[in-house]
Amino acid sequence: MKLQLAKYLLMLSLSGFVLLGGSGCADIKPWVKPYERDKLADPIMSLSRHGFADTYIHHVYQARESARGAEGGTGGGCGCN
Amino acid sequence: MPKAAQEAVVAVISRSLLWLSVLVSFTAYSATLPPDAVDILQHNYEGGGMKIDGPSILVRKSVGPQVSLTGHYYVDSVSAASVDVLARASAYEEERTEISGGVDYLHEKSILSLGYTNSSENDYEANTVYFSASQDFFGDLTSVSFAYAKGWDDVGTRGSTETDELKRQNYQLGVAQVISKSMLLGLDLEVITDEGKLENPYRRNRYIDPANSANFLYQQEVYPDTRTSTAFAVRSMYYLPYRASLKGEYRFFTDTWGIDAHTVDASYVHPLDNHWTLEAKTRFYTQGQADFYSDLFPFENSQTHLGRDKELSKFSDITFGFGINYELQQGVIPGIKRLQLSFLADYIKFDYDNFRDVTAEGSFLPGEEPLYSFSAWVTRSSLILEF
Repeated sequence: MKLQLAKYLLMLSLSGFVLLGGSGCADIKPWVKPYERDKLADPIMSLSRHGFADTYIHHVYQARESARGAEGGTGGGCGCN
Repeated sequence: MPKAAQEAVVAVISRSLLWLSVLVSFTAYSATLPPDAVDILQHNYEGGGMKIDGPSILVRKSVGPQVSLTGHYYVDSVSAASVDVLARASAYEEERTEISGGVDYLHEKSILSLGYTNSSENDYEANTVYFSASQDFFGDLTSVSFAYAKGWDDVGTRGSTETDELKRQNYQLGVAQVISKSMLLGLDLEVITDEGKLENPYRRNRYIDPANSANFLYQQEVYPDTRTSTAFAVRSMYYLPYRASLKGEYRFFTDTWGIDAHTVDASYVHPLDNHWTLEAKTRFYTQGQADFYSDLFPFENSQTHLGRDKELSKFSDITFGFGINYELQQGVIPGIKRLQLSFLADYIKFDYDNFRDVTAEGSFLPGEEPLYSFSAWVTRSSLILEF
């Protein structure tokens, strides 16, 4: 049951991903302007500051715990391209 | 049974799952290609009778404004004398080598990534291909990523030429959201399916000797042929009123073997000046046992699936970590835009609730041995050069 729910959520999210990509979301105004992202751009706000050293510590836990996945690393930083 | 053959839960699980972490690292960027860089790591794990160390070298180089290539070389040198090894055999040494290659392609606000990983050791071969896509939305306040990976493993046993297959699939979805000028939020969902030889060919479970109840005998592990797991995590990062950051995260995990797990993690980063940064973290993990786990089965083949891996038992662990980081920015060293030197150390304490230490000194009836526990130190020395 939990698994079915997870798969449903995954498919729903993927559908949203595709739809958002098609629309471009041009009408939504960013509430944090690019010039207001100096704190977010600070390296101390990176979710993965240490490169592969961060990946390695996930490896340490995966080998000794049953839980796996969703370790993160997606995003972080200011998104100011 | 070759004597150098026992410590495989660590090896089997870690060698087949490291590619997932590599995959995560490749999806960790919004719609900007990462800079050209060399990432060198020396890692060391020591605890519970295990010593694992080795180097890791990752090189990233762009080819034009839209393409970035990566190559990665990683080694685990293992010296094993854990409780699982000592219970039935002698200590042994082995080495695992992993090689990866990947390409990232930037198109407007999207990044598409493709890669391949091979992991090799004397009794296990793992091959993985992966694809990921990420896209920025809402004025780059939202980043959504999706990844898929497929793996083919050959599971062998020392002393035998026969191998068993193991197939893996991984689905990953991530959202990173800018909440405010000082706050980030991340959501991650990951579903992993395995099919094939999932038990460790070297591990055994134990049952009460029918001829003498003060004794126990060993038998082969028998796991289900399939496993599907789902993990969901929420993490947030906050820039404090002074220059420092605080990160918190929670992960829920569940799988078709009946294991539920919870992970809570908090970390703090505190710059001392423009070059030196200190950090501290704590992490707590707890899990329930697998449906087919038992420390001591009542008789031989007493149920369809039989498992006594301590990783399937009910246990918890807690981590305390600290780190020191030195950074140089552009202009100090010619040709190098950024240098980051880090030393990180983590202390982890594992406490098992229903896995007993059969190597404990003293005379105990089966099932009355002391519960097992151990601690480990993990150290990482990292140098990152960006060009």
